[in-house]
Amino acid sequence: MNVRLTGVRVEYEGCPVVVGLDEQITVGEWLCVIGPNGAGKSSLLRAIAGLVPYTGSVQVCGREVAALSPREAARSVAFVPQDPVLPDDMSVADYVLLGRNPYVRTFSRESAHDRDVVARLIDDLSLGVYARRMLGTLSGGERQRVVIARALAQETPVLLLDEPTSALDLGHQQHSLELVDRLRRERNLVVVSAMHDLTLAGLYSDRLLLMHQGVGVARGAARDVLRSETLAEFYGVSARVVHEADGTVVVVPQRNTGDL
Amino acid sequence: MSTSVPSDVSSAVPPVAEPLPDAAGLRAMWWTIGVVVVILTALIGAAVGPAGPAWWRVPLALLDRLPLVGIDSGVTDAQWNIVWQIRAPRVVLAALVGAMLSLAGASYQGVFRNPLVDPYLLGVAAGAGLGATVAFVVNRDATATWPIDPVPLAAFVGGLAAVALTYLVGTAFGNSRSSTTLVLAGVAVTSLATAVQAFVLQRNNDVVRQVYSWILGRLTTASWADVRLVLPYVAVSTVVLLMHRRLIDVLRIGDDEARALGVNVDRVRVAVVLAATLGTSAAVAVSGLIGFVGIIVPHAVRLLLGASYRLVVPLSMFFGAAFLIAADIPGRVLTSPSETPIGVVTAFFGAPFFLLILRLREARR
Repeated sequence: MNVRLTGVRVEYEGCPVVVGLDEQITVGEWLCVIGPNGAGKSSLLRAIAGLVPYTGSVQVCGREVAALSPREAARSVAFVPQDPVLPDDMSVADYVLLGRNPYVRTFSRESAHDRDVVARLIDDLSLGVYARRMLGTLSGGERQRVVIARALAQETPVLLLDEPTSALDLGHQQHSLELVDRLRRERNLVVVSAMHDLTLAGLYSDRLLLMHQGVGVARGAARDVLRSETLAEFYGVSARVVHEADGTVVVVPQRNTGDL
Repeated sequence: MSTSVPSDVSSAVPPVAEPLPDAAGLRAMWWTIGVVVVILTALIGAAVGPAGPAWWRVPLALLDRLPLVGIDSGVTDAQWNIVWQIRAPRVVLAALVGAMLSLAGASYQGVFRNPLVDPYLLGVAAGAGLGATVAFVVNRDATATWPIDPVPLAAFVGGLAAVALTYLVGTAFGNSRSSTTLVLAGVAVTSLATAVQAFVLQRNNDVVRQVYSWILGRLTTASWADVRLVLPYVAVSTVVLLMHRRLIDVLRIGDDEARALGVNVDRVRVAVVLAATLGTSAAVAVSGLIGFVGIIVPHAVRLLLGASYRLVVPLSMFFGAAFLIAADIPGRVLTSPSETPIGVVTAFFGAPFFLLILRLREARR
C-alpha cells in the first residue's frame, strides 16, 4: 500500500477536527472523502500533506510524513487546495514550473530536466496554447487544469485534491475528474479527494470515506455508503438514492413537502 | 477527453512537447542592459556639475587613470579633485542607496505579496528618523568630540531597533501563518517612533531645520568614507536578496501552497526581511529618508518586464542605482549654488515618469 493512516488526530486551536482515523489507500486507488462542512475533510488532507501537525501516524510509501523535510514531503505528496492562489500576472508555464521546486536546490534554478518535465506535462494536459498566457486571463476550467498540472509537476506518488470541482460548471467538473482519472491510471497515483457532490464522488472514486465531526463513520463502495438513512443521519438531509442499471449511484435531494 | 493519446503509442514514441520558453537569454540581455545603463548614468553623473572640467573631458580623464592608457585629457589636478573627491563618491553613494532601496522594496513587495509596500514598511524610516533626531539633539552641544559622525550611526541603530521591535511584537501576538500582524505591528511601531520624534523635536526647536533637511534626503556631503561605511551592509544584503529571488517567486502563490511545494516560508521571509532591513538601515543612515525609490523602481521594472521576481529583483537593483544617480543630477544644477534635496527630486521627476510608464502599459494592452 502507499498511504497508511493509523489513529490520525488533528487539532485546531485545541479542538479536535480529525479523531482517530485509520485508512489504507493502495497504488492506483482513488479515495473520496465526503462529509458535511466542518467534518474534517480538509484537515485530513492537510495532515497527509504534512501541512498541519498531527498525532498518530501518516505513512506515505512507508515513511512518516511528519519526519520528512518540507522538500521530501513535497516530493511525496502533491496538494491542490480548494482555492489555489493564481497570481494574475504569472504565466502558465512559470506557474507549472513552480511545481518543480522540491527538486530545485534552494538557491539554484530549474534544470533542463525540470523544464522538460513541465513541457511534457503542458503537452499532455493540452495546455500548449496557454503556456505563455497569464493566469489572470484563464477561465475556471482552464485554471483547474493548470493547478493540476502544477501538482503533477511535483511527480509525487500521491495526489490530494481539496474540492477540485467546487468552482466549476457541470461540463468542466466532468472534464477535470476524467483528467484525474486518466492520470491516476497512467501514472499509478494514489488520489485522495475531498468532494461535496456525492454522485460525482461515487462515480469517479473506488471507495468513499464518510466523515462526521472528525470521525470516519462509513466507508466502502458508493452503494454501501450512499444510503438515504446515512445521509439523513450525517448530513441532516432528505435525499433519495437511485441505483442505475450500470451501477451508478445517484443522490437526488428531495424537497420538503409542506410539513414545516 | 478527446486529446488523450493511446498509451501504447505514447510509450513507443516519446511525446514531442514544444520546449518550454526558457527566459535565460532574455534574462542575460536585461542584466547587460542594466549594467550598461548604470555605467552610462554614472559617467554622466561624474561629468555634470556646476564646477569642474568640461563634461566631455571627464571620461577621458577617467580613461587616463587606467593602467597602460595615456591620454592628455586636459583636466587639471584641481578639477580632477572635484571629479574624484566630490562627484565620484556622490555618484557611487547614490548608486548604492538607490540600488539598495529598490532591491529592498522589490523584496518586501514579494514576501508580503503587496505591491504597495516600501522598504520602510516595518518601521525602518521612523526608527532611523528618531535615531537621527536624538543624535542631532545630543550632538548639538558636544561638537567635534565624536570619533565618527554620530548621526548615521544613530539612524542605523534606530532603524534596526524599530524593525526588531516590530518583529518581536508582530510574532509574539500574531499567528505565524499570516504576515498581516507583522505589517500592522510595523504601522504601530512607526506611529510610536514618529510620536517620540515629534515630542523630542518640539522640546528642541533649534534642531528642527537639521532634522528636516535630513528627512528630505541628502547626498551632498557624500564622501568615500560614507561609501566605505555602507558598502559592507549593502553588499551582504544584496547577495542574500539576489539569492532568494526564485523563492520569492514561489511565495507569490501563498504561504500554504509554497509550504506544500517544500519551501520553508517563515525562514525565507525572515531572511529576506532581515537582509532588506540591514541594507535599508545602512542606506538611510548615510542618505536620510529618500522616499519613492523603493516603490517606483520595482513597479517600473514590473510594468516593463512582467512580474517574475527573478527579473524584478536584480533589475530593480540596476535601475534603482541608475535612477538615483540621475535624480541627483538636476538637484545640483538647477538651483545652483544651493541644492534641492534629492528626496524632492525623486518624487518630482519620479511621479510623472511612473504615470508615463503606466500609460504606456495600458496602451499596449
